[in-house]
Amino acid sequence: MTAPIIGTIAEESAPILDVAGLVVAYRDRSGQRTVVHDIDFEVRAGEVVALVGESGSGKSSTAQALIGLLPEGGILQQGTIRLNGQDIAGWPQKRLDGIRGSVISLVPQDPGNSLNPVRTIGEQIAEILTVHGWASGAAARAQAIELLERVGLSQPQLRARQYPHELSGGMRQRVLIAIAIALKPSLIIADEPTSALDVTVQRHILDLIDDLRREYGTAVLLVTHDLGVAADRSDRLIVLQHGRIQEQGHTANILANPQSNYTRRLLADAPSLNARPKTPPVHPVASTAPADDIVVVDRLVQDFGAGRGGGFRAVDDVSFRVRRGSTHAIVGESGSGKTTTIRIVSAFQKPTSGQVLIDGLDLASLRGEALRQLRKKIQLVYQNPYGSLDPRQTITGIVEEPLLNFERLSRRERLAKVAATLDKVRLPADISQRRPHALSGGQRQRVAIARALVLDPQILVLDEAVSALDVTVQAQILDLLGELQRELGLTYLFVSHDLAVVRQIADTVSVLNVGQLVETGRVEDVFSNPSSPYTRELIDAVPGKKFPRATAPALTSAG
Amino acid sequence: MATIETARPDPDLDASDRKVSVSPVTLETDAHENTGTVGRFPRIQPGLFVACLILALAILWALVPGLFTIYDPVQGLPGQHLRPPSATHLLGTDSLGRDLYARIVYGAIHSLSGALAAVGIALVAGTALGVLAGSFGGRIETVIMRLVDVMLSIPDLLLSLSIIVLLGFGTVNAAIAVGCTLIAKFARLVRSEVVTVRRSEYVEAAFGSGGTFLKVLWRHILPNSLTSVIAFAALQAGWAILQLATLGFLGYGAPPPTPEWGLLIAEGRNYIATAWWLTAAPGLVVVLVVISINRISRAIGSIGK
Repeated sequence: MTAPIIGTIAEESAPILDVAGLVVAYRDRSGQRTVVHDIDFEVRAGEVVALVGESGSGKSSTAQALIGLLPEGGILQQGTIRLNGQDIAGWPQKRLDGIRGSVISLVPQDPGNSLNPVRTIGEQIAEILTVHGWASGAAARAQAIELLERVGLSQPQLRARQYPHELSGGMRQRVLIAIAIALKPSLIIADEPTSALDVTVQRHILDLIDDLRREYGTAVLLVTHDLGVAADRSDRLIVLQHGRIQEQGHTANILANPQSNYTRRLLADAPSLNARPKTPPVHPVASTAPADDIVVVDRLVQDFGAGRGGGFRAVDDVSFRVRRGSTHAIVGESGSGKTTTIRIVSAFQKPTSGQVLIDGLDLASLRGEALRQLRKKIQLVYQNPYGSLDPRQTITGIVEEPLLNFERLSRRERLAKVAATLDKVRLPADISQRRPHALSGGQRQRVAIARALVLDPQILVLDEAVSALDVTVQAQILDLLGELQRELGLTYLFVSHDLAVVRQIADTVSVLNVGQLVETGRVEDVFSNPSSPYTRELIDAVPGKKFPRATAPALTSAG
Repeated sequence: MATIETARPDPDLDASDRKVSVSPVTLETDAHENTGTVGRFPRIQPGLFVACLILALAILWALVPGLFTIYDPVQGLPGQHLRPPSATHLLGTDSLGRDLYARIVYGAIHSLSGALAAVGIALVAGTALGVLAGSFGGRIETVIMRLVDVMLSIPDLLLSLSIIVLLGFGTVNAAIAVGCTLIAKFARLVRSEVVTVRRSEYVEAAFGSGGTFLKVLWRHILPNSLTSVIAFAALQAGWAILQLATLGFLGYGAPPPTPEWGLLIAEGRNYIATAWWLTAAPGLVVVLVVISINRISRAIGSIGK
């Protein structure tokens, strides 16, 4: 297979990628739907262009159309895609194969699903070299190991022999980057390369992409929903909404002076770019008596898999207190034990040792009916509103369920209460007979919050409750949570990996690292003056600091 | 280009596109899921259409046999034995002068109701066992599932024959025997479904909102587990017809002169050299009905996905 275009780096002036009048549509039984309308943009050598937009904005479809990998039903209807001056828009798949990887390559979104689970890392990297005839056999394997080293994996010899499941998410993403850069392409399309990763890992991966770009002069098209990432990493920004370009230009210019309303809204909603101080709670955090601590967690320990040799300790001696009416955030990366901690606090799991007091009640002493009664006080909202709602029930059915379990209300009273709660979370009344699949992510999360609120609990445990949502929706949900706290005097236990969000919503914070409490205290204190290096690393990794906005002080200048 | 192929973003996994803010995009995801497979609203498929037609005819035979034939299935016509198929006797007559077509029509009720009863027994008992095992786990699960393994290890025919020997001959007992052989299969399927549903977040959320075990079972676990169980039940109905016919053929089912399909095949066997249609016709009917039911159960299964 000969590559019709050789991946040489074009001169500064000529764009590597020049897209004009691109129209992408999806065809299904109900007809055709255009998702990308007439898009024009270009990417020059050595440049990072960020394609920013919310879900459904057409950013992924655009990226997929460029490389000819639209999902089934997707068609590139119009437009030209000039790659190094040659229009590849109408090329058949066979011909595209020749340039994929060698001239234009893709770093996919989900490192968990993009590697072949039954082949070793080394084989998979060597494969792309072999397929394009760059090297074969032992030479390809040696190059694969070099590449692994180049993308910053420790012990590349060992990694080459390992299978994808033996690597962490960040490592797998590095492997995918190694595959993407193997043939030194002129353009890398990175489709949300870090959205599945922890914030510190995210920073390392983005640093890596930056380094490689500098070294090889490769252009990068960075597809992302995170304006903070785009702000930090890109030279130029393209803002997409509903498949149309709202704005494009130099990143600094757009951030300083956004022209379109949509960009302005995105900027305002992005927590990392626009840290708003939290509105003080009804009950001041500094209020006095220790009796006012509604959640007390004391020396909590949770072991898993003990007995079968080499059990592991997910939570190790964690203690914190939460005052009534305040918001306590638990932050940490995946594997830090934050989810285990809140599962214990919300009585879904028995700790190995340690004590949890909820409003003075010791969880360990509760059994059966008493434990069930506790559910009225403390409610959990899950991360993923797609999994936490029964697909077969209507919205009314979902929200009324807790009432059926606890209160003897007539049907009319119950429905009135459900309607009132739906109204409280700002959901329109006409959705009450729909099923979850007919709602958007933000609406579903509101339903989940409504279900949690319908019993008038005192404590709401929010497990990454906004991290699966678009920034705009996320901002709305955070606003809603703030309002509800002021109205109802709720206490929140808020788990998140996103420090920008935490700073916006929480009063106090605990930082967990591999099961241990690294730091705890008031949000302002911890953020402005972190005492542990781990916390400092977490704070530094938050994207969006390159362009501190005039309206709000940046993280570093907060103290 | 396997490397690039693996790197291809799967639309169904495209997390950002799933977090939708407008419903049209939800439709998009559905569209991708269904492309290339049987759609949620399948176009008219000729095979399925014929299958429905055959099953509908068999059900009508069972419900109103008198509409389809003027002959009596039990009383023979004197002097008309072993006639070949003709205009008066569509499928000929047997050795006692009974119209074979009439006997097949009147036999439908025995086969279909027997299959229904067998699947009903298995569905209820198997679901109960499967739900018990799947939702309690631990020792209860181990005991139930090992019992199920034991039942699965006994050949079906041997098991049903033993049960009939215990209970005695007859249509009802044959149905019970066939039902018993199916219990283990249902229990295994239901358990796996229940275990999957039980791990889902909405079930935990239901416990979290104060649901007792039985309420959660009834509201969430059962409804979400049953789709594939229903499809399986339809599939097993076909298999039960086959089993009942087998038992009838061996003489363990309905006693003569009941026009049961398996028995018809057995009775025709003696004249296979001179009147092959006596065996072939009822055999063909059994085959067609069973295939039709299989086809329909596959359609039910794909709706559930």
